[in-house]
Amino acid sequence: MFNKDIIVEIFKEIAKTMDENKALLTELDAAIGDADHGINMTKGFTAVKNKLESIAEEDCSAILKTVAMTFISTTGGASGPLFGTAFLKASSSVVGKDALSNDDLLLLFESAIKGIQMRGKAQKGEKTMLDSLIPAYDAMKKSLDIGDSLIDALNKAEIAALEGVEFTKTIIATKGRASYLSERSIGHQDPGATSCYLILKTINNVLKNRESLVE
Amino acid sequence: MIGIVIVSHSSKIADGVVELCSQMAHKNLKIIPAGGTKDGAIGTDSIKISEAIIKADEGDGVLILVDLGSAILNTEMALDFLHDTIKKRAIIADAPIVEGSIAATVQASISNSIEEVKLAAEEVNGFKKIN
Repeated sequence: MFNKDIIVEIFKEIAKTMDENKALLTELDAAIGDADHGINMTKGFTAVKNKLESIAEEDCSAILKTVAMTFISTTGGASGPLFGTAFLKASSSVVGKDALSNDDLLLLFESAIKGIQMRGKAQKGEKTMLDSLIPAYDAMKKSLDIGDSLIDALNKAEIAALEGVEFTKTIIATKGRASYLSERSIGHQDPGATSCYLILKTINNVLKNRESLVE
Repeated sequence: MIGIVIVSHSSKIADGVVELCSQMAHKNLKIIPAGGTKDGAIGTDSIKISEAIIKADEGDGVLILVDLGSAILNTEMALDFLHDTIKKRAIIADAPIVEGSIAATVQASISNSIEEVKLAAEEVNGFKKIN
């Protein structure tokens, strides 16, 4: 069962992943943006990790809300409001729950994506984080619909997210700082799509590790 | 009186625009900067912005001038944090930050209408600097 302990563990692992990929994300952002994505993500998720100890007793919704507010108050770039809104919307989709079913997880994921779309006024195909998140959500939903396990569904989501990251190399940025480069943004992968892929991969790894411990 | 908030990634830009506008402002006009992040880096901070809006608000409305990308996202987020009564009368201008702020300052010094001040800021969109 996907309980609040897993959520706490996931955010701790995401902080680690962002730190390990700080240079990569900043390098990607330097090519088409303002070279701060790795720094911002690490700063935000490190603050979240430090805050987690004091909130581990709360329910899933309260944990996600604290994650959102911590992220918003520490992250300077567009990542602050975009990820912050995603976590806020995710939080309000699971009010009062200590554990999440697969349906809850789909609703949480969908709410987070809608939050990003609302805040960023963006759609799929504009070289943004949505280009890895939306295909990942679609793959996860399709997989759960045909009766796959959560692990299998997350595997498929991770693969779809990576394909989404690859796809961002082929398209022009029309949102954010990269849009100033217009066609010169082609050939570069989107840093936000990349960090979203890394987050999904981390979630997947946490669940896989837990599964192997049970076996 | 209408209040004005200047949101920039750079605290120096926000402070500088306030300084520039102050030359042309009514002595009671509040022009509040919200530049940079709370640790002094380049970026924008929704909490800093919402505090600036509260500071600038005297009841007639607040016009917010922004620079790039995340300045807009963080200002919209800041508005979400505010009480509905302030949120209703705080508006983002679709205007260049320097010229728009000057035009808004001049208009806000003679008008208490948020629509008129916003219009003045946005009218600079059509200006040509060199004829």
